[in-house]
Amino acid sequence: MRDPSVTDIHKHLVLVGHGMVGQRFLEALTERAPGAWRITVLAEEARPAYDRVHLTSWFSGTTADELSMWPEGFAQSHGIDLRLGDPAVRIDRAARTVTSESGAEFPYDALVLATGSYPFVPPVPGHDAQGCFVYRTIEDLEAIRSWADTARTGTVVGGGLLGLEAAGALRALGLDTHVVEFAPRLMALQVDDGGGAALRGKIEELGVTVHTAAGTQAIEAGADGRVASMALSNGEVLATDLVVFSAGVRPRDQLARDCGLPVGERGGIVVDTACRTADPRIQAIGECALAADGRVYGLVAPGYAMAEAAAADLAGLEGSFTGADTSTKLKLLGVDVASFGDAHGTTEGSLEVLYSNSREGVYKKLVVGADGSLLGGVLVGDAEAYDMLRPLATSAAALTVPPEQLVLPASIGTAPGPIALPDEAVVCSCHNVTKGAIRAAVTDGGCADVPAVKKCTRAGTGCGSCVKALGTIVADELAAAGVQVARGLCEHFAHTRAELFEIVRVKGITTFSRLIDEHGTGEGCDVCKPAVGSILASLNAELGNSVHILDGEQAALQDTNDHFLANLQRNGSYSVVPRVPGGEITPEGLIAIGEIARDYGLYTKITGGQRIDMFGAAVDQLPHIWERLVAAGFESGHAYGKALRTVKSCVGETWCRYGVQDSVALAIELELRYRGLRAPHKLKSAVSGCARECAEAQSKDFGVIATSAGWNLYVGGNGGMTPRHADLLVSDVDRETLMRTIDRFLMFYIRTADRLERTAPWIERMEGGLDHLRAVVVDDSLGICAELDELMARHVETYEDEWRATLQDPDRLRRFVSFVNAPGTPDPTVRFVPERDQVRPAREDEDGNTLRPALVAGPRLEVRTR
Amino acid sequence: MCRYDDLAPGRGVAALVEGQQVAVFRDRSGAVYAVGNRDPFSGAQVISRGIVGSRAGAPVVASPMYKQAFDLRSGRCLDEECAPDGSPAALPVWPVLLTPAEPARAGDVAPPNGAPHERETGRS
Repeated sequence: MRDPSVTDIHKHLVLVGHGMVGQRFLEALTERAPGAWRITVLAEEARPAYDRVHLTSWFSGTTADELSMWPEGFAQSHGIDLRLGDPAVRIDRAARTVTSESGAEFPYDALVLATGSYPFVPPVPGHDAQGCFVYRTIEDLEAIRSWADTARTGTVVGGGLLGLEAAGALRALGLDTHVVEFAPRLMALQVDDGGGAALRGKIEELGVTVHTAAGTQAIEAGADGRVASMALSNGEVLATDLVVFSAGVRPRDQLARDCGLPVGERGGIVVDTACRTADPRIQAIGECALAADGRVYGLVAPGYAMAEAAAADLAGLEGSFTGADTSTKLKLLGVDVASFGDAHGTTEGSLEVLYSNSREGVYKKLVVGADGSLLGGVLVGDAEAYDMLRPLATSAAALTVPPEQLVLPASIGTAPGPIALPDEAVVCSCHNVTKGAIRAAVTDGGCADVPAVKKCTRAGTGCGSCVKALGTIVADELAAAGVQVARGLCEHFAHTRAELFEIVRVKGITTFSRLIDEHGTGEGCDVCKPAVGSILASLNAELGNSVHILDGEQAALQDTNDHFLANLQRNGSYSVVPRVPGGEITPEGLIAIGEIARDYGLYTKITGGQRIDMFGAAVDQLPHIWERLVAAGFESGHAYGKALRTVKSCVGETWCRYGVQDSVALAIELELRYRGLRAPHKLKSAVSGCARECAEAQSKDFGVIATSAGWNLYVGGNGGMTPRHADLLVSDVDRETLMRTIDRFLMFYIRTADRLERTAPWIERMEGGLDHLRAVVVDDSLGICAELDELMARHVETYEDEWRATLQDPDRLRRFVSFVNAPGTPDPTVRFVPERDQVRPAREDEDGNTLRPALVAGPRLEVRTR
Repeated sequence: MCRYDDLAPGRGVAALVEGQQVAVFRDRSGAVYAVGNRDPFSGAQVISRGIVGSRAGAPVVASPMYKQAFDLRSGRCLDEECAPDGSPAALPVWPVLLTPAEPARAGDVAPPNGAPHERETGRS
């Protein structure tokens, strides 16, 4: 342990390198020793730390901002001086200073090197020709994408994890793609020959040509200096316009070498278990370090563990890194690949259990110790069992089932599930959280669900691969503790909204009365009534009910907003929002709205959803206002309902210099298709005409972004209190596929979500998450797509404008009176005062004008102009 | 004040009685309640637009503004004791008098069969 007095307030710490590990170190240090260090960070790249593990997702639309791991306000709240684009160039250990490229000198009391690694480029002739790239930073990816615009064939040198990711990216960029691997198989480090063969088969199916046992001998450039071909050691010559080197990485230890710190034979700054170098003031963490076990780790989880160890040491706490689990699970070009523990069976006396099915492209191997414990394994084509097998392997506990059961397909074998794990098994290897810690969070920490456990233990917040296992453990623990999770809607129904939906649908129940009499108790309340009202509204057409939400008994179920088809405001008046599909409105439309607002003295404001909200209407005025709006061609905007609100759009390719598709036309089409659709919560949408995303589609429940090849559909985004970016559901689809996918997504949501559950928490809660959702709505894994399609077709067919229909029916209009015994008399307590040339509700201590009772022409409130 | 028919089951209306605003409700069983229309939490006259239901057997209305439930028999708020201004969170209550319908007015159509359609609420 370091002398705690080192953590003196005036001490200065310099961190060299701001990658994922550097950032994790900052988080760990500021958490363990807040305010103890003045921190300067010298970073080479022009942007703060970002998620390099998911770098490839940049090609499918994840922005640099989304990849960023630098929380807003982090620097300010911890007094960190982050110097981007100014790398350290020299360390003077005697003077204890670091000099940066700009010439600035930083004295240090503690220095942490997190310089990472650099891609190894084989020193073959022509390796620096134009069109040769590495795959490490966002800038590298930008360069590859722009070069790919004029290329037809791309070659990746290196068939490891990153190389295959790069190959996938080139494939997605439309290039004829080759992978050249020196070793006799792909992913030589992680998988064995059998796994490599299965992987190769799968990848070749995708149209990538694989060359193994082939070295790169030379790269030939054309007369223009651009790469033209590559000669391989097996005599082959590949014509190629683009080369990506992904042949491994080397530790960036030059700074340490230059100041005389010991480095390993094959690179890497030598550190002890507290990540200290030979100079006790200097630590090294992550890929630049040669760990105490003599290995250089190129994975993020061990890097994180080193960052934690170094931070603990600096905080005067016990912390050590003695080696790490290098298990990996990933999806390469759509193929699941996992490798864990002693994957190559190097342990003395170990045995192998194998399942191989080349028809399905599945290969599974388990390495079992002589004592019957699981040591490691390789999974290709189906890595479902990884979450459970990896912790089993690292815990060294004896297997409770025969190992062959663990590799057989689910239909034949029986997976034991995470309940069979011992407490010391590490479930989340990103954050090193054991099953015991998760159980303790539930039993002692009072966490009642997965989100709470994630927050408390950080489990599942790294790569996310363990979330499913996490869910099972939490559920089992809650059940074991006898915790009755009240799932019902309210005291009147023990059913969830999704269950009620199925009851209504299957039994054809058309009224709340019948539903509560047969399946509930009491009289209902403001929770279950609107929820059932929404279910009935979604199914009305199916059930043969009137589709109007104010008809019959349904009227009594609606919240006040739905009941008056307007939005209740704080003083008891209402606001009115006509639909403006896609935000496109004619001058005549604007004038009509303006005239109506003026004639009724309404306050007007532009909404975030590209429409106009008119405030301050009394209930008696609503039909009059709507009579004029309907006459001017407007219809209900459903701003009052748990229903589709707007489909926002940017102006698109029609006008915009950058647009690649007509976003306005699509937005209008979507808005007209889904208008009036009742849902568990409000639904928002947007369409952007290009990747610049001016319509902010990724913050919507369903958002569409144009690509040059079609449309990308994102789902599960929202703004509000807990903002969340939407996830990519399908990409580059045509208009019909897009519509069909959205139809199913929405209907599946309406059928299965909880009351007032937006799409984002619905997807997060869903077992299997986005992948499951995609399986249901794209691959029809539940066989319900025909039903979903049918429900949506019925909705589209039977849509009617609620306001137009209300105006045509005296019975529906009866409710729009201020007082049952004095209709037309405005509420005398609703008063307004002028402000900025419009009206606003008077505060209690203010006088103000009430609405005038003359209703036929509409009252006009005198507004003083300044 | 109004005809019984003006009251939809599970819904309320507002009435103006000697300058006071009264919220009148009819529940699913046909019972009628009259309470003050002013929501003590927002100060707005909106109670009549709330949803009628039950809580642990008691007939309640939920304010449409911030959703507090009030017992329709006593006016007592079941969720909070005090309004933001410190006053007790309760609605005034009035007894309800149902009287037989007056002879049909011109244009009225007599309901085909007797009660409850022929009743009218009296002045509170």
